[in-house]
Amino acid sequence: MTQMSTDWAAEWAAGDGEPLRFLGPDGGLVRPDLPRPPDDLLGEALRLMLLSRALDQKCTSLHRQGRLGLYAPVLGQEAAVVGSHLAIDPATDWLVPASREQPAMLRHGWPLDRLLASLLGRIDAARIPDHVRMLPRQQSIASQLPHAAGIAWATAIRGLDGVTLAYCGDGATSEGDFHEACNLAGVMGVPLVLVVINNQYAISTPVSRQTRAIRLAHRARGYGFPGVAVDGDDLFAVHEVTRQAVERARAGGGPTMIEAVTYRMSFHNTSDNPSLYRDPSEEAEAGLRDPVARLVAYATGAGLMTPDAIDVVEAEVRAEVAAALDLALSYPAPGPEEIFRHVFSD
Amino acid sequence: MSGESGVTLLEAVRTALSDAMADDDRVVLLGQDVGRLGGVFRATEGLYARFPGRVFDTPLAEGGIVGSSIGLAMGGLVPVAEIQFLGFLHQAFHQVTQQLARYRFRTRGRFHLPVTIRAPYGGGLRMPEFHPDSLEAQLANVPGLKVVAPAFPEDAYSLLRAAIRDPDPVLFLEPQRLYRSVRGPLPADGADDGDFGARLRRPGDDLLLVSWGPSVHTCLAAAAELEERHAVRSAVLDLRFLSPIDHARLHQEAAARRRVVVVHEGVRSAGLGAEVVASLQEALYDTVSLPILRVTAPDTPYPPGRLEDAYLPSQEKIVEAALRVVDRA
Repeated sequence: MTQMSTDWAAEWAAGDGEPLRFLGPDGGLVRPDLPRPPDDLLGEALRLMLLSRALDQKCTSLHRQGRLGLYAPVLGQEAAVVGSHLAIDPATDWLVPASREQPAMLRHGWPLDRLLASLLGRIDAARIPDHVRMLPRQQSIASQLPHAAGIAWATAIRGLDGVTLAYCGDGATSEGDFHEACNLAGVMGVPLVLVVINNQYAISTPVSRQTRAIRLAHRARGYGFPGVAVDGDDLFAVHEVTRQAVERARAGGGPTMIEAVTYRMSFHNTSDNPSLYRDPSEEAEAGLRDPVARLVAYATGAGLMTPDAIDVVEAEVRAEVAAALDLALSYPAPGPEEIFRHVFSD
Repeated sequence: MSGESGVTLLEAVRTALSDAMADDDRVVLLGQDVGRLGGVFRATEGLYARFPGRVFDTPLAEGGIVGSSIGLAMGGLVPVAEIQFLGFLHQAFHQVTQQLARYRFRTRGRFHLPVTIRAPYGGGLRMPEFHPDSLEAQLANVPGLKVVAPAFPEDAYSLLRAAIRDPDPVLFLEPQRLYRSVRGPLPADGADDGDFGARLRRPGDDLLLVSWGPSVHTCLAAAAELEERHAVRSAVLDLRFLSPIDHARLHQEAAARRRVVVVHEGVRSAGLGAEVVASLQEALYDTVSLPILRVTAPDTPYPPGRLEDAYLPSQEKIVEAALRVVDRA
């Protein structure tokens, strides 16, 4: 990818507050002046997004059959997750997920069968491999953010190259940990890129009940580091903005906050019922933003992929999920003795 | 008892930190005012200059201090965090209990966290609200977290060195009123002896006083009075480890004397004394008749300094309780 000189946070700050967008909902480029990700990155992104969707479908179905516990789908947020994660290098960089960043976890090196094992209660098979620099999902909202700041700080103290990519949702920005982590990261100037996935809802609570702020990315200014809001359904914009933030962090320029504005197209998790708190017309309208459809429209429109080729990828990722599920189900379920293991070093 | 010679408990803490940093360059210190100032008690005095780039003043945010210590440990360092006073650990409570103590278990051993949290605590210094609170029972209730409470300079040194070496998180409770009032030798070889159990601080056949931290010294004074004025010989057991408790030693010393008084500065109900009593009951109920009393703070918030002498377990209250259990003979 061409090195960009544009400072996206500065460009966003100079604008009207609307999230930066390179790729429109129809799959057309609204900023044709910008360099686009290379085709192999596009292929990898689309594959991860389709894999994520296949995983969502399979896990939701398994839950409905009573074969899998709660599941939180990524549906609608694929570009925000995949676009940002494609900007880091799992060999050197850390991933600190919130909860539903499954495609990022997979790309970071947690094998799909292990991820599925975690959802099926195969706790030892689900263990994150030693070489994978990734924290587990976090159930305590925003609690992972001080950890992310600490990891990035350790990297700086030790003079290593790694950047830490952390995720949280819009609801997490109301927590004290969000503030303490951002503040510390700013003071210490650590190599942290924080992606706030604003999917408009924390379970049923809309972002308007989390904050009076117009844009969450404005908060970065209060911490003394750059913030930028980006169309979270635009893979190109998310990727480019994150790429530049990672580049700045790696060069010692400190943290960046990226607000990826998207929409949770599905339920919070499989126990949720969004029809109780949001209008179907809102969901229908949001469906037009579908990040996968947008990328497919671009890829086919630009002649980079044919619909048939995309069908092949879809079939491949479905088979990949099915095979990983078989493997995950073959791992032993834990016995009661596991309760007493791993409390302390033995 | 505290002697006139040797180092203060505060100097023992500082020496342990300094030696640990000299021995292992992964050890870093962080906390409020621990850098140039050397901490409000001067526990880290001189270390900022001696170890450049390894002692960090943090923003005033306890949750961030503990939370970032977790990340520092994941990132390959060995953080020693100072919480200025234990009473303010509540601002980090979820990071200690949900996060720090559970990462090994949650990740099936993928992550373990060699984090030490140091926190001064305990009464007697006429401090403002929250500063003297003894919250150890709330933390000893957390699986995955070790809680250590030294009462002597020797232990402050050796147990802090052991805490920093421990692959798992340790909450290290420093008795602030003993910082400068107790002196004693450092371990001869500069290291710990690997004994992580309770210690008998005074022999005596008639009853067992069980305590930890600052009230060990109140117990020792009470034991001296009991012997001189009442010819009652009290042993004093210093638990040192509040989680996990050295149950075997506790049972052994209690069974040998058949009368026990547990003393602590924390509040009475659901205090750690109740755990000691339950442990003894469960272990000894079919072999020993065992009168046990507790001398604790009452179930009230810690009062203003002018009232703390009436609030804390005093020598007088310990003597009174000891005579009551002895009369049960």
